Amino acid sequence: MTVSTADAVGTRPVVVRSYVPGNPWALARRALVYVLLSIAAFLSVFPFFWMMIGATNASADIIKGKAWFGGALVANATTFFTQVDAPRIFFNSGFIAVVATALTLIISSLAGYGFEMFRSKVRERIFAFLLLLLSIPFAAMMVPLFVMFSQAKLVNTFAAVILPTVASIFIIFYFRQATKAFPSELRDAAKIDGLKEWQIFLFVYLPVMRSTYAAATIIVFMGNWNNYLWPLIVLQTAENKTITLILSALTSAYTPDYGMILFGTVLATLPTLVIFFLLQRRFVEGMLGAVK
Amino acid sequence: MAQARLDRREQITGWAFIAPALILLGLFMIYPIVWSLWMSFQVGKGMNLSFGGFANIVRLTKDPVFIRALGNTFTFFIFQVPIMIGLALLFAVALNDSTLRFRGLFRTAIFLPCVTSLIAYSTVFKSMFATDGIINQALMALHVIASPISWFGDPFWAKVAIIIAITWRWTGYNMIFYLAALQNIDRSIYEAARIDGVPAWARFRYLTIPMLKPVILFTTVISTIGTLQLFDEVANFTAGTGGPSDSTVTLSLYIYNLTFKFMPSFGYSATVSWVIVVLVGILTFLQFLIARDRRIKS
Repeated sequence: MTVSTADAVGTRPVVVRSYVPGNPWALARRALVYVLLSIAAFLSVFPFFWMMIGATNASADIIKGKAWFGGALVANATTFFTQVDAPRIFFNSGFIAVVATALTLIISSLAGYGFEMFRSKVRERIFAFLLLLLSIPFAAMMVPLFVMFSQAKLVNTFAAVILPTVASIFIIFYFRQATKAFPSELRDAAKIDGLKEWQIFLFVYLPVMRSTYAAATIIVFMGNWNNYLWPLIVLQTAENKTITLILSALTSAYTPDYGMILFGTVLATLPTLVIFFLLQRRFVEGMLGAVK
Repeated sequence: MAQARLDRREQITGWAFIAPALILLGLFMIYPIVWSLWMSFQVGKGMNLSFGGFANIVRLTKDPVFIRALGNTFTFFIFQVPIMIGLALLFAVALNDSTLRFRGLFRTAIFLPCVTSLIAYSTVFKSMFATDGIINQALMALHVIASPISWFGDPFWAKVAIIIAITWRWTGYNMIFYLAALQNIDRSIYEAARIDGVPAWARFRYLTIPMLKPVILFTTVISTIGTLQLFDEVANFTAGTGGPSDSTVTLSLYIYNLTFKFMPSFGYSATVSWVIVVLVGILTFLQFLIARDRRIKS
């Protein structure tokens, strides 16, 4: 036998087969797996389908469970756009999410790089302490945070929404983990070439780590776009609210107009759905990586 | 990596890289945490606070809404987390079979819910849970129930509806972690077990579960923290009331209402928030303990 065949045998992934042709039990089990997964997939996707048909139906039909497309799309859109200052609200959501994401990536990646590249006893202790802080829920800081921002007269500003989110321990940790894979020869070579540390970060590290940045961008953007509790506390006038807050306020009405609300929900979900389908692999990587 | 001792200049550079993050974390995280700990011993209305010692803790024990919120949060935790983790494991194991057709399609479909915002999906579910709505109709068509359930008019069914909704949103998220971990397991172990005639359930119980234990522990801890902080869904389903008659009020919702809706009592709401911190600590510790215990037995 040649070496190459042996190699091929050695590296070939061994396939786990629960299905052996001809065995009736295995056949039944395989059928069961398909049925189970089909039901799960159907139930997972159905609410998306429901949201889209809901956007085309009148509220009365929606709460009667009408499960097919109707003719109320234009009416729903009209109601939505007259009740909600949509351009303004989507601008708010977009502005907050984009600025917060950019700042988070800059500040947290700098810190992740710093913690990994310049190790010292004190900084390792600080890092361990930060990881401990991760388990403290937001509820335990929201009351003083609100008092702080109201004393600083920053309530109802975008700064109040953005500032507490930009130093994310999660993302610092994510970048530190990713930096472990950054080839140190690159940094050494750049140093010999006389680059300063900030230049290495900007011109060597950043381009090399772009897939890490991409994955982190998705996670942070989604988190900001969907954020609810903190914006609910600090954004108080209607013209400063985000789409998430508006949707929640509309749903809280005594008799919610579901047609119009589901139309708005489709609009609010669209950006994250598009990101997901365009960058599915990165998306999943980011979710796994951010907490690995 | 064998790294030489950093010289003075490198020390300074190191601090410079982490300084912005540390300043922000200090200002917007550590300072508020310390302050809220201090606040939790203060009594009074609004910002007129005075030191009250353990008065707030005494008040907790006599506060029926707090006890309700604590009970509800625990109910969500005890039922929702195991159901979700169990389903996620089941789907992950089913999808890990490389001979399965439409694997990618199934995986994407089950993962899709965690793309939605908590508010968006709870809005969609609220419309589906209407008394004459699609869920009741489907259940009646399948003869599961004889007459429609008033999902948000009944204390029991309101909790069930919230558990169903949360499970829908997070099962795929947890599944992805298990799938990633399963793909790292050396498949020849399974092959060997199969050839030795170990049945499928035993392979799952004695091979898959032990090897996935670190990930299961991790996802359980994450889910615990998430469930104890439950806010968005309940606030959206019940228009912020936690109704009917406080049957779905959670600790976070109660803190929010104490601070921003009722007569503001910052000290007392800070005390309630530290109850969550303590619970997260205790439960995380217990989960680590259980995980370690199992390792010794097996």
